Amino acid sequence: MTDFTKPRQPAGPSRRAVLAGGAALTASLFTPKGLRAQDFPTAAVNTTGLAVTDDTVTVGILHSVTGTMAISETGSVQAEKLAIEQINAQGGVLGRKIQFIQEDGASDWPTFAEKARKLLVNDKVASVMGCWTSASRKAVLPVFEQYNGMLYYPTQYEGLEQSPNVIYTGQEATQQIIAGLDWVSRDKGAETFYLIGSDYIWPRTSHKIARKHIENFLGKKVVGEEYYPLGHTQFNSVINKIKLKKPDVIYAIIVGGSNVAFFKQLKAAGIEMTEEKPIVLSISTSEDEILGVGGENANGMFFSAKYFQTLDNPINQKFVSDFKAMWGPESVVGEVTHNAYIGPWLWKLAVEKAGSFDIDKVRAASPGLELDTPAGMVRIHENHHLWSTTRVGRARDDGQFDVVFETADLVEPDPFPDGYQ
Amino acid sequence: MFADYSMGELTAIFAMQGFAGLILFSIFVLMALGLAIIFGQMGVINMAHGEFLILGAYVTYITSHVFQDVMPGLFSIYFFVAMILAFIASGALGMFVEWALIRHLYKRPLDTLLATWGLSLILQQAYRSIFGAREVGVTIPDWMMGSVYLTDMIEVPINGLFVMGLTVIIFAAVGALMFRSTWGRSMRAVVQNRTMAEGVGIDSEKIDRLTFGLGCGIAGVAGSAFTMIGSTGPTAGQQYIVDTFLVVVFGGAGSLLGLVASAFSISQAQSILEFFLSGSMAKVLTLLAVVGILMLRPQGLFTLKLRK
Repeated sequence: MTDFTKPRQPAGPSRRAVLAGGAALTASLFTPKGLRAQDFPTAAVNTTGLAVTDDTVTVGILHSVTGTMAISETGSVQAEKLAIEQINAQGGVLGRKIQFIQEDGASDWPTFAEKARKLLVNDKVASVMGCWTSASRKAVLPVFEQYNGMLYYPTQYEGLEQSPNVIYTGQEATQQIIAGLDWVSRDKGAETFYLIGSDYIWPRTSHKIARKHIENFLGKKVVGEEYYPLGHTQFNSVINKIKLKKPDVIYAIIVGGSNVAFFKQLKAAGIEMTEEKPIVLSISTSEDEILGVGGENANGMFFSAKYFQTLDNPINQKFVSDFKAMWGPESVVGEVTHNAYIGPWLWKLAVEKAGSFDIDKVRAASPGLELDTPAGMVRIHENHHLWSTTRVGRARDDGQFDVVFETADLVEPDPFPDGYQ
Repeated sequence: MFADYSMGELTAIFAMQGFAGLILFSIFVLMALGLAIIFGQMGVINMAHGEFLILGAYVTYITSHVFQDVMPGLFSIYFFVAMILAFIASGALGMFVEWALIRHLYKRPLDTLLATWGLSLILQQAYRSIFGAREVGVTIPDWMMGSVYLTDMIEVPINGLFVMGLTVIIFAAVGALMFRSTWGRSMRAVVQNRTMAEGVGIDSEKIDRLTFGLGCGIAGVAGSAFTMIGSTGPTAGQQYIVDTFLVVVFGGAGSLLGLVASAFSISQAQSILEFFLSGSMAKVLTLLAVVGILMLRPQGLFTLKLRK
């Protein structure tokens, strides 16, 4: 806890001053603490019968590695394994090496619930890193609450949820959306917005927040809002509509294969994102998605998020190079992959502050914890979401982003936003 | 909705929207043609059609890399080579599948449904193991991206025009093959009366295998062309399968004319509705109309009269 040589984030000084009170709690990655297991007898740190021995502790990894979601969740699994390996290399948690049991949710929500039950009841894991879609999280939620487990959930999502048994390491909707909209309206002078999304809960809830913010708080205009079924591949009609309405900003929350189709057809229709207008601003197209879209098709697009692979700080550089060393030089790191990576670290921090693996003690120790992550400092809020920085990046033709804006302060998570319902 | 626009702008938008509808029509024909041939001529419902399509897409992906690495000078024309290779790869796999799996199930149509569905799962997992779970980005030559200006205000995407041209060529080739060649005559004879056709010396097993291979090969070419407009991933084939079946069933199995009529009406309905409503509502209304018409006309728009 005494490592004050930790690297500063780009927005460091001003934020640091604001947060000086909490600085003593801030932990840095990659700094071994050298806790020894014999100082923490198993009987004392594990009073509820979790899978903790004198030299190991077992956690669960629960993602889809088969089925349609494997495309998205693979990166999360890789990041979590990297974090666990790094934590073990530093001596583990309370002197105990982390072992993991990996289960496959198989892109099927009842399977997620069943595997979650297996991990908690049979394997007695001390925590679970897992889930990706909101549907899978909703499926496992009752299981985690019934058996009092702890889930570290990595995806940025629509909010409207707060469970004592989940730590949300991704941003909830207002964190990701509002700063980006403020930026595009202030710095780019955008007046009109066209909202387009895939047809399910996250885009619909997010666009609801975006519309309220644009109309009620910014006083600007939404000229179109529409949704396409998941897997939709034909966007020529909506692109014609966009050409007719000439919005300043196309605000896109499209996921999966539809993303690829949308950007390819946008480019083919002669809408050049590298020019001044229209601005395409997305909250669903990270480095991971651009792999499939192709850098040349996403070039010039703006993406509003917490993390970018190009973030220029030593923690991130080490994270990216370690990730590539473990999973191949071709691999890229996107928003959710990063969020998955910090899950095990946040858990470790909470366990060591609590001096115990007991779920209730870990929960009590979590709020207020601070961690210097590749995306800058984050702090766990009372509502189990993270205070974090929101940034806007502009896609280059190599599929990476140039960060063009970041918030000066950490953005408070607000999963039940007043005035946006 | 149109009050603020000049006449010229509206004309341009409607012309571009017309093209959007035609492009969608071409895509529907291209993706359904292979399935229609197999379903219509052999009565086999090929649930793995989408995976044959994606095989073509992956072949295109590999070809683009080979050209980039080995002969970058010829990169701008690699797409034509890729389409031929996609046809060969998907066609060969199709013939193998027919030989190994389908031919044992001709008398059990429901089992072919299950068997090809299983095949689609196997192929998806195979793609995932070989190419990784993530989508791959296929680099398209520059000349195929962007759009052409027909007038000052009317611009049409080049890849759309390319798909339209390709559809016309393939459709004409299939038509010629079926109605002008000896093989086509044999195939139609087998469809109309298998026993009689065998009686006059037609090798019906060979015809079946070639028909299945042809259907899958066309799916491969379609998949190759779709790398320009959609995604290439292990499960991307599933994005096309529902629309494909819709077009084939609505058109009436076995009729190429029915396929065209059905693809045309569905694509026009969808693209016009998408323009005036939102995407999901357009889909709902299109599906409702199709269901309604199929209730009145269960055999589809056009049907062949067969001796059962």
